[in-house]
Amino acid sequence: MFDTAAQLPALPHAPGVGYKPQHFSEIMEDAAPVAWLEIHAENYMGMGGRPLAQLRHLDEEFPISVHGVGLSIGGEGPLDPEHLARLKHLVDWLKPTVFSEHLAWSTHDGSYFNDLLPLPYTAATLTRVCDHIDALQNTIGRQMMLENPSSYLAFAESTWSEPDFLREVTRRSGCALLLDVNNVFVSATNLDYDPKAYIAEYPLEKVGEIHLGGHDEDEDDHGKPLLIDSHGAAVVDPVWALLDHTLALSGPKPILIEWDNDVPDWPILAAEARRAAQALTKVPA
Amino acid sequence: MSTPQNDVSQSAFRAALLDGSSPVPDGLKDGAGNPAARRFDVYRNNVAVSLTEALETGFPVIAKLLGPDNFKHVAGVFLRQSPPSAPVMMHYGAGFPNFLRGFEPLKSLGYLGDVAELELALRRSYHAADSTALAPDALAQIAPERLPEVRLTLAPSVEVIPSAWPIYDLWAFNMIPGAPKPQARAQDTIVMRPEYDPAPHALPPGGARFLDALRRGMPLGAAAEEASANLGAEFDLGALLGLLLSHGALTDINHKEDLWTA
Repeated sequence: MFDTAAQLPALPHAPGVGYKPQHFSEIMEDAAPVAWLEIHAENYMGMGGRPLAQLRHLDEEFPISVHGVGLSIGGEGPLDPEHLARLKHLVDWLKPTVFSEHLAWSTHDGSYFNDLLPLPYTAATLTRVCDHIDALQNTIGRQMMLENPSSYLAFAESTWSEPDFLREVTRRSGCALLLDVNNVFVSATNLDYDPKAYIAEYPLEKVGEIHLGGHDEDEDDHGKPLLIDSHGAAVVDPVWALLDHTLALSGPKPILIEWDNDVPDWPILAAEARRAAQALTKVPA
Repeated sequence: MSTPQNDVSQSAFRAALLDGSSPVPDGLKDGAGNPAARRFDVYRNNVAVSLTEALETGFPVIAKLLGPDNFKHVAGVFLRQSPPSAPVMMHYGAGFPNFLRGFEPLKSLGYLGDVAELELALRRSYHAADSTALAPDALAQIAPERLPEVRLTLAPSVEVIPSAWPIYDLWAFNMIPGAPKPQARAQDTIVMRPEYDPAPHALPPGGARFLDALRRGMPLGAAAEEASANLGAEFDLGALLGLLLSHGALTDINHKEDLWTA
């Protein structure tokens, strides 16, 4: 097991946003109320050019969270050693405040599908995920946070609830967690459970960061709501309410607004961050 | 409960993911234990749409030339036979030019592959390593009689795309408002990145051969000779060096003859 310090990663208990290059000038001029930024690791794996130049500037002004979207931690095969090396290179030179990845798979037999695909919660998955987290944490030399997925379906073979599964992963691997509150709302709606019951079971003491984002609404074959985690819209009111509920239980946390598709102008994104800042003011420190 | 029959391997998931006509694996359910059915389409859709969008972003001229419906169809065929081989999407589509060249329904549009090659080169240039350009007057500092022996280093962001088609003109016609209509002719193109924004330029005849010779480490004089051979027109070395210097395409001058082995 990776030898992790007892403390959680140290992003400020304040709003952050997923960084989009079109917002560079506005962020460098006045980012308030945004106090930190998150980047997708895979977008900064080139040799040079504007992406890396912007990142170096941002890194001088803000704590940076590196969020991996392509490691395929839940993959049946071994982790891609070349991708591990790319992640190590990025983490070594950038020295980000935190690193996070997903409870999902995305690569199989050398093909990458550019999506976060679902996992059955079984003993075999648990062993595999913990082995892969161990390999990653040893490669980058630091603790990672693992994010709960958005679910559109369930596996008949699952024997663990998702919160119990994640708790066991943290216990075995020593990783921390990233709690995506929108994902909880999306999964709970899609799979007919109470999102507050999920939060009650979730190991909130291991959470080093919260994600919020927008989703789309669709229907399944039976006319039941099917929410899709699109990151392409504003956070909806029931998700803000679930955030308040979560923060009341967890205490203040770093909160990220993710808006990756149909990216809005900076003032709209900053307004979402302001709403997250307001949610934090209601929580006793 | 779990039975071996309803365990879903990632191979089975992947097979259904890329083939919309194949059945959804049995062990996938909704919250009430009914078959997942349409819910599986969320993943099918995410994969096809996100990879198609990545190709559309990377190949905007091909997308324009084919039109939205054709492009979606062509991208759909390509992404199923060549999904990304690594999770670094900035590299996705390296095989797209060759795919276009070999795709039977597009056989009449022989230039598509080379245009896609140019778009790929622009993306490679965008992410290429940074470098410090020579000053625009760097070659003026060298005694004229020594110039033929000088070796020049190209910036890592420089890309050269030789073609039997007017690919720069095709690119410009689709990307620059008011650019003239392409005329049938062979045209070599260079991509240069003065700071962070790569841009293509048409090369004069012999230009691609000259740059290839420089890349192989040939001194200026020999490279110019190679470019002029069998050209049927005059190779304008001065104009090309001016183009390179004014766009930050040269990073080093080396005078030492002993580094060159032909």
